[in-house]
Amino acid sequence: MAKSDFKIDIRTSPYIRKAPTVAQIMRNVVYALLPLAAYSVYQFGISALALLLATTLSCMATEHFFCWMSGKKSTILDASAAVSGLLLAMTLPPGFPLWMAAIAGFTAIAMGKTLFGGLGFNVFNPALVGRAFVQAAFPVSITTWTPELAVNRFVEFIPSTLALPFMKPAATAEWTAQVAVDGFSGATPLALMKFQGIMTDAYDLFIGNVAGSAGETSSLLILVCGAYLVYKNMLDWRIPAAVIFGTVISAELFYFLDPSKYPSPAFMVFSGGLMFAAVFMASDMVASPVTPLGIFVFGFLVGALTVIIRLFGGLTEAVMYAILFGNAATPIIETYTQPRIYGARKKAKEKS
Amino acid sequence: MNLLKLFGKKTFPHGIHLEEYKEETSAKATRRLPFAPEIIVPLAQNIGRPAKAIVFKGQHVTRGEVIAEADGFMSVPIHAPVTGTIKAVDLVKTAEGGKQLAIIITTSLNSGQHVLATDNVIDYEQLSREELIKAVQNTGIVGLGGAAFPSHVKMTSTADVPIHTLLVNGCECEPFLTTDHRVMLERIEQLIRGIHIAMKCLDAPKAIIGIEDNKLDVLQEIKPHLPSDGSITNEAVVTKYPQGAQKMLAYSLLGIEIPSGGRSSAVGLAIFNVATLAKIGLLVPENQGYIERIITITGDNLTNPGNYLAPIGTPLRFLLDHAGFMGGEASLILGGPMMGMPAHSLDVPITKATGAVLVLDERLTKHNDISPCIKCTRCLQACPINLNPSELGLLAAKRRYQEMEETYHLDDCFECGCCSYVCPSNIPLVQYFRIAKAFNRERHLQVD
Repeated sequence: MAKSDFKIDIRTSPYIRKAPTVAQIMRNVVYALLPLAAYSVYQFGISALALLLATTLSCMATEHFFCWMSGKKSTILDASAAVSGLLLAMTLPPGFPLWMAAIAGFTAIAMGKTLFGGLGFNVFNPALVGRAFVQAAFPVSITTWTPELAVNRFVEFIPSTLALPFMKPAATAEWTAQVAVDGFSGATPLALMKFQGIMTDAYDLFIGNVAGSAGETSSLLILVCGAYLVYKNMLDWRIPAAVIFGTVISAELFYFLDPSKYPSPAFMVFSGGLMFAAVFMASDMVASPVTPLGIFVFGFLVGALTVIIRLFGGLTEAVMYAILFGNAATPIIETYTQPRIYGARKKAKEKS
Repeated sequence: MNLLKLFGKKTFPHGIHLEEYKEETSAKATRRLPFAPEIIVPLAQNIGRPAKAIVFKGQHVTRGEVIAEADGFMSVPIHAPVTGTIKAVDLVKTAEGGKQLAIIITTSLNSGQHVLATDNVIDYEQLSREELIKAVQNTGIVGLGGAAFPSHVKMTSTADVPIHTLLVNGCECEPFLTTDHRVMLERIEQLIRGIHIAMKCLDAPKAIIGIEDNKLDVLQEIKPHLPSDGSITNEAVVTKYPQGAQKMLAYSLLGIEIPSGGRSSAVGLAIFNVATLAKIGLLVPENQGYIERIITITGDNLTNPGNYLAPIGTPLRFLLDHAGFMGGEASLILGGPMMGMPAHSLDVPITKATGAVLVLDERLTKHNDISPCIKCTRCLQACPINLNPSELGLLAAKRRYQEMEETYHLDDCFECGCCSYVCPSNIPLVQYFRIAKAFNRERHLQVD
C-alpha cells in the first residue's frame, strides 16, 4: 500500500445526511423549464428553439471557459449555467438575433456570476444581468415582437434571427404583416396597455395566447412547472407568493383610485414576464434573502416596484429591473430581518 | 407557529424528519454481555470534577465496591464494574482523543461476579431531601442521555423559581438508538420509582413523561403503572428530530421556552432522561453503585445488532466482537449518528453516559463533494433554535467568529446537526460552528 493511501479522516457529528445535491436541484429546475421551452417552440417555431440553444450553449461554454482559465474543475455539470441559459432565452423576444443572444449568455455568466466568484456568490440573478446588458446594448431588437402561432413557424426562421454577427438584423415588419393572422400590431399586451390603452383579455394572458418573450407567455404552464418544483421541495413557494401578493396589492391600489386609467390587478399579474419572473427569476436562491421575513419583504418589494415602473416608468417591461433592484437590496433586507431565536430574552429585544 | 400545535399535537417549530433505522434493534430484548477480561474505568466520566482513585495496584476489588470517591459536590464516585484485581491506575486512551487517568481491572475468572452485598437498604420515603440527594450521589449516577451531568446536582435546585414540573425525557429522537425504548418497556417499575425519588428531591408536584409517538407500545405499557392521583402523566409528542433536546421538549409539552443561555430550572423545570431515572429507581433503594448500563450496538456490518447490558469500562473491541462485527472500512461512533462522538480506537472503553455504539459504513456521509452555499434556506427551516446557519456558515468561512457570537447567536446552537443533515451543498456546518466556538472560548480566556 502506498503511503498516500493512508489518510485519516477527521469528522464529527452528524454522520448521516439526506439532501438532494446542488446538481440535482439545478437539474430539476432544468426539467421544470423544459415544458416551457417546448411551449415556446410550439408558439414561435424554430426561431425560439435556436434562441434557447444559443443562450444555453453560450452560458455553458462561458462557464467552462472561465473554470478552465482559473484552473478549476469545470462546474458546468452542476447545471446552474444551463438554468441561467434557459431562463435568459425565455425572457428574450423570439426573433432576437442569435449573435446577440450569445453575447447575452456570455455577459450573464461572465459579469453576473464568474466575476463574483461563481455559483453561490453572485449578487444578481445572472440571467437578468445578461438581459439587462442586451436591453441597453440592443434596445430595438429586444423590443421587436413577432406574432405567435405564425403559419410557417416550423420551417422558416423569423428574419431577424439569423442576422450576421455585428450586423443590423433585418426588419421584421414586412414579414410580420405577411404571417400575422389578424392585424398583428407587433406589440405585447403591456405595450398595448401603455401606449394605446388597449387591455388584453386576462383569460388569453393566463393561457398564453399572446405575443411576448419566448417563455413568459403562458401563466398557466409557468404555474404548473413551478408547482412541480415546489412539490419536489426545490423552489421556495414563499417568494413567488410574495411577489404576486405585492403586485396585486399595489395594482389594486391604483385600480381602486381610477379603474378607467389603470389596469386591473389580474392583468398586471398575468401580463408580460411577471409570472415567469416571480416563479423562476425572483426565486433564484442565491440572490434572494434567506430570512423568513426578508423573503416576504423582498417579494413584496419586487411586486410593488414592477407595478410602479410599469405604470409610471418609460419601459413597458419592468419586472427585470425590479428583481435586480431587489437582489441589490437583499443584504440590507437580511440585516434587518434576522429571525427571533428560541428563548430570546426580552432584554435583548429592548436593546435593538 | 406550528400548525400541528394548533391541532393539539405536542411539537415544536422547525426540526427535521429523519430516517430512523430503529426497527433494526427496537424489538430486541436486552441481553447481558459477558465480562471482558480487562475493564478500563476512566476517572473522568462526568461533567465536573473527576473522581479520586482509592485503590492501589494489585488490590482485589469486589463488583459494586467503591474504587474512586467523589471529589467534592460536583463529582460522583465510581464503583467496580467487575470482581477482579487492579492491574494499574494509569493513563489510557479515551474516546475524547487524549489520554486520561483510568483504573484498569483484570477480571477474576473464578469469582461468581456477585455484587457486593449492602446491609443498609434504604427506605427512600423516610429520608429527608438532603439525605436523599446524598444517596443519589453515592450511586454515582450521571445523566445517561449523553450529557453525563451529575444527577444529584440537577436535583439540588438553586434557582429562585421553585420547580413546578419534572419532565421525563423518553423521546430518544436520535436514529438507530433504542436504549431508552428498551428501558421504558423493561424497567417501568424502576422508572416510576426513580420519578418519585426525583420529585421528592426537587419538591416537584407533578411529572410528565414525554414519549415520541413512534413508541406507542411504551405509552400503552406505562399507563397502568401511573399513580392514580395524576401526579405523573405520560404524553405522546410528535416524532421529530431533535424532540429529545431539553429546549424542544419543554416547548412541545408545556409551551415554555427555556431562556437563551439559561438552564431549565430558570423556568421551573427539571428534565431527566428515562434511563437515568430508571437507574436511580433501581440503585437508590438498594444503596448500590452504578456499574452497568443498557447500550445499543447497531449499524452496518454487524451480524448481531441489539441492546446489551454491559459493564461500564468494557472496551469497544469486546462489544463489537459480541455484536458480530464483520470488519470493513467503518466509522465507529459513541452515541447517535446526529450528535455522537467518534471513537478513534477499538481499545477505548464505554463510560457511564455511552448509550450506543454505532458502526456506520455505507450509510455514512461522504465529505468529498462540498459545494458553495446556494442560500436555499433549508437550514433555516430546519434549525430548531431558529438560527441562521447559512449566514453563520459563510461567516465561519471568513473566520469572523466574534460576529457569529455577538450578532448571530452562535452560542445558542446546541449542535443538533439538523442544518448539516439537510444541506444540499454538503457543507459541514456543525463542524464549522464547533471550531468557531473553540476559537471564541480561546479569545475570551485571553481577554479575561
